[in-house]
Amino acid sequence: MADRVRESTAPALPDQQVGRAGVAVSEPRRRRRYSLLTGRDKLVLALMVGVPLFFDIALIWGPTVASFLFSFTNWNGIGGITEKNIIGLKNYESLFTAYQFFWPALQHNLIWLGFLMFIATPLGMFMAVLLDREIRGTRFYQTIFYLPVVLSLAVIGIIWSLQYAPEQGFINNALGRTGNDNLIDWLGNPDLNLWAALVATSWRHVGYIMVLYLAGLKSVDPALREAAKVDGASERQTFMRVVFPVMAPINVVIVVVTTIEALRAFDIAYIINGGKNGLELLSTLITNNSISESSRVGFGSAIAVILLVISLGPIVIFLTRMMREDRR
Amino acid sequence: MANPDTPLLPPPPGPSTVTRRDVLKGMAGVAGLASVPALLAACGPGATPSTGGAGASAAGSGGSITLGSNYSDEVPKKVLQGIVDTFTKNTGTTVKVNTVDHSTFQNQISSYLQGTPDDVWTWFSGFRMRFFAKQGLATDISDVWAKVDSKYGEAFKVGSTGDDGKQYFIPIYLYPWAVFYRKSVWAEKKYTIPKTFDELKTLATKMKSDGLIPFAFADKQGWPAQGTFDILNLRQNGYDFHVALMAGKEKWTDPRVKAVFDKWKEILPFHQEGAAGRDWADASTTLLQKRAGMYFHGMFTSQQFQTAGQADLDDLDFFPYPDFGTQYDAEKALDAPIDGFMLSKAPKNLEGSKAFLEYLAQPATQVTWVSQDKSNIAASKDADTSGYSPLQKKAAEVIGSAKRITQFLDRDTNPEFAGPNGMQAFLLDFIQNPDKDLAVLQKKIQDFWDTL
Repeated sequence: MADRVRESTAPALPDQQVGRAGVAVSEPRRRRRYSLLTGRDKLVLALMVGVPLFFDIALIWGPTVASFLFSFTNWNGIGGITEKNIIGLKNYESLFTAYQFFWPALQHNLIWLGFLMFIATPLGMFMAVLLDREIRGTRFYQTIFYLPVVLSLAVIGIIWSLQYAPEQGFINNALGRTGNDNLIDWLGNPDLNLWAALVATSWRHVGYIMVLYLAGLKSVDPALREAAKVDGASERQTFMRVVFPVMAPINVVIVVVTTIEALRAFDIAYIINGGKNGLELLSTLITNNSISESSRVGFGSAIAVILLVISLGPIVIFLTRMMREDRR
Repeated sequence: MANPDTPLLPPPPGPSTVTRRDVLKGMAGVAGLASVPALLAACGPGATPSTGGAGASAAGSGGSITLGSNYSDEVPKKVLQGIVDTFTKNTGTTVKVNTVDHSTFQNQISSYLQGTPDDVWTWFSGFRMRFFAKQGLATDISDVWAKVDSKYGEAFKVGSTGDDGKQYFIPIYLYPWAVFYRKSVWAEKKYTIPKTFDELKTLATKMKSDGLIPFAFADKQGWPAQGTFDILNLRQNGYDFHVALMAGKEKWTDPRVKAVFDKWKEILPFHQEGAAGRDWADASTTLLQKRAGMYFHGMFTSQQFQTAGQADLDDLDFFPYPDFGTQYDAEKALDAPIDGFMLSKAPKNLEGSKAFLEYLAQPATQVTWVSQDKSNIAASKDADTSGYSPLQKKAAEVIGSAKRITQFLDRDTNPEFAGPNGMQAFLLDFIQNPDKDLAVLQKKIQDFWDTL
């Protein structure tokens, strides 16, 4: 069960690792020309590639392929799969036509992506730029903004659920909207709760992006900035024309990280209400169908396959980018 | 969930040549991550060390059994441990209790039962029990039932019987769903218990003008509103229709279902706003704080009152849902979910486990349980009720006079249908948009049933 959960909620994960492994595999071949490796080196390398590869296939690719195969069955997770469990493409057919929660979930994932990409991520980058200027107390701010990243999303979900609670929550109490006639239903109103969840997610995401970007900014060669200054470029011009283009590799990573965060969004929605009533996400649909008491493993797997296919896009971009960097 | 943040850190800027050290480091990272699922799997219930064989010699002739428990809350956990300890003292059989968080237990139930489950496990009566019995994941305990049959009423035996006519379940306690209120508030405002649906509406109107929220209401978890649907359907259309509807033998597009929603619409304006975002415990608090006049809920709502203090608990009372003036009023039907115990498919200590189940079926055991966990009443009809709290006495009386008892929507029907992306979502949609076309909603529900 555990690997199925992993597979379904973090489909992006395996492929990054393969990216690394892929780099690693090509490495000895390139080195052979110089024949710097002794026989023992080769054995060690073979072992160190082989063992992780084994685990990678057994624990990540195995379940991925299995869930792809499950998606053609109506298996309920109990007992073996027999011939009469195989139903062909029926799961996909009912997913796209009859299942009422699929399209809303996909839409919510896209809104999630848009919000992180155009609001939370730029905010994180902006903070990184500010903190990079060595303003007073920069360490303090860094700590404050980074703190939520240390918390797991499940904990963040609980913290924010409490803040948003209708009568007892801080937010409604601060706004004075706790009466039966003027209450704001942050978590229950399906037009509102997605945004409430996005604020909670961003609380963490901003800090995460900030730290990634700050690390990148710190590594930009100061000579470039000085040269720009000597040439009479303003602060803004220096950033837009010099620093930002130099940071291209990190920008790609940021975009991919954001995309993956949006696709694997799960914890907060699931903590709030189990992913229903306006908080449907592909990941919660997978969970609600294939684990939990309702054991529609086959159907849940079909949704997982869809999510995997969607995730492949950004992952392929990320990988080709990484490979190109390495080859240069 | 595993955190994939680490492998995404940007590659070190500068000349991008990969050194051997980088390769090794990268692989170490991959290996480290790859082992995460293994660790997660090790934490699962399957990994729970079973003391089945090892402890047998130490415990003397009684041997030992294991018990998978979802009683993760403090009070019931303590109660169960006390009962287990007494059993050990009496028989010499040691019982190792493996407690798992309530909802985790339910989410993992299929894999748990297929792995290496404990000998005895806690579960619910109804469809959810029959489902696992049918899958061959429970052991037939008809022989235990033959011994304890006389201690239970007929309804309990039916609730413990699988599709094949054999028994798989030992009921321990149950609780009613009813309309709860505070006696002091009602006495002060001179309210009287409504006998009919019209009286209920009149009362609700009066409460509203008195500045009270007539019905406390919460449905964030999705299941509380199912209780309201159940009782309205039972009063409006009767037990037989309700059961047939739950089993898929009647259609959700039936005009009789529409009548239920229409009735619901009549009283919905008297319910607390923002239900979809509220925890049921918070709705209970609304009643506790005397801001609401009534709360239709399971008797476990009394837990909040118990925590608040004896005076508050004593002030809590309830009445069964009013009559609708239909022929079904006489059934006095209600939801009274039964909790109990089952036997896994291949218990390591079959005799010891059966002895334990038989012990749980004893009225005295059940009385011990409910004397500490006062939001329930004993399942056995022979239970000594003299030690009951007034609330428990009333519960026993109401359930005793009911001619038909149902479990609860999510226990009486397919869990896939009742779940968050199913009936929970449909009822949330209804309570938030009661004026939308009911035919559309009913068709949505029926279409969903048909896809399962």
